[in-house]
Amino acid sequence: MVRELDARQIEETVCELCIRACRELPEDIGKRMEEAARDEDWDKARAILELLLKNADVARKSAVPICQDTGMAVVFCEVGQDVHITGSFEEAICAGVRKGYTEGYLRKSVVGDPLRRKNTGDNTPPVIHLRLVPGDRVRLTVAPKGAGSENMSRMTMLTPAQGMEGVRQFVMETVRLAGANPCPPMILGIGVGGNFERAPELAKEALLDSLDTWNPDPFYADLEKEWLDEINAMGIGPQGLGGRTTCLGLHIHQEATHIACLPVAVNVGCHVTRHATAVL
Amino acid sequence: MREINTPLDHATVMSLHAGEQVLLSGVIYTARDAAHLRMMECIRKGEKLPFELTGQVIYYAGPSPTPPGAVVGSIGPTTSMRMDSMTPPLLERGLAGMVGKGGRSQEVCRSIQENSAVYFVAIGGAAALGAQCVKALEVIAWDDLGPESVKRLVVDKLPVIVAVDAYGADAFEEGQSAYLEQKKSMD
Repeated sequence: MVRELDARQIEETVCELCIRACRELPEDIGKRMEEAARDEDWDKARAILELLLKNADVARKSAVPICQDTGMAVVFCEVGQDVHITGSFEEAICAGVRKGYTEGYLRKSVVGDPLRRKNTGDNTPPVIHLRLVPGDRVRLTVAPKGAGSENMSRMTMLTPAQGMEGVRQFVMETVRLAGANPCPPMILGIGVGGNFERAPELAKEALLDSLDTWNPDPFYADLEKEWLDEINAMGIGPQGLGGRTTCLGLHIHQEATHIACLPVAVNVGCHVTRHATAVL
Repeated sequence: MREINTPLDHATVMSLHAGEQVLLSGVIYTARDAAHLRMMECIRKGEKLPFELTGQVIYYAGPSPTPPGAVVGSIGPTTSMRMDSMTPPLLERGLAGMVGKGGRSQEVCRSIQENSAVYFVAIGGAAALGAQCVKALEVIAWDDLGPESVKRLVVDKLPVIVAVDAYGADAFEEGQSAYLEQKKSMD
């Protein structure tokens, strides 16, 4: 049974998700920040965390962006195989971003060409990730990604011999190099395996995992916990000015890879790693 | 908390120390990546900059659009190190202060010392609160850059922290070391 879906519904939904994502901190991040503020043992660091929580509250109540960098729109789409879309799917997503960034007074932070750099004026085009899945639903997630954190992200092709220790070292080095720049406390998504383009995708998907969860595979869940503790012992702290709370959460997504490869990507997120989801 | 006003005179700059929290009031100018590139072009061509540098403070910021009835959209600092290569020429021409986030290069820290200037950080991501401190906004140059245009802001008690002072001290190094020292002594 094929379900008909008008692309205009997709446009409206994407518009609403852009605005919501930029104004409302995800619940799990807010909860984790509150816990972190309670557990923070450095006074100056605690004051910064409390200020960030106050800011998120003001943004939600006043319906304004939490951060001025409302990012480049990253849209994850899971389209059910039994859905037939009338109208252009990609254009609808683009139009939704354009509408959301206009109506929501969100910042236009996209240049049309990476070298010639003229602002497109409407925050399009978005980055679109598309997957065909069983069923007749369309699941859309808009994750506006700011540059402060994105610029600190890194990717490397390790050798299999470098193994778990090589991955750990790359993650820790990425955090040290990032320092204060990605607005710590940060959130990390780590992609391990796949290939050159899949590892970064895995990392970004991992970045959106709820901070209430761990990897379903206990082998990786243990690494997540160990590495989170190791990062929070570095002393970088909120805004890099010192303290306990350097990382709010860390997730690993792993995938099959070539016998000669060990691709690793670390997507750094800030304390406002934004995302909003709707299912049509 | 100590309150300071722009323009920053020499005595004020020399009295500020890394780690100090102050409230900044007065006129500051926004300029980030694209505007700095244009300012370097102006210097290269011998053309006038959009504003007189002496004693002034640059805020590395590109606010979100202003909603109806407001003075400014959400506004907070962007990552300062992207402006590092374009900072010493401005410091040499009288720029007294910068507000941004994150650390600066060795070269910039040296230039801050040599030119008796100060680098502040504002809290990154606290942009809804940041907007409450802006009392007036005027685009004074390069409107075509949209969020990256040069704007003259009047701020009132913007909370900032001295990150690199005129003596070369660095609040990131000092803050992280102090925290780790305390942690070690308590374990």
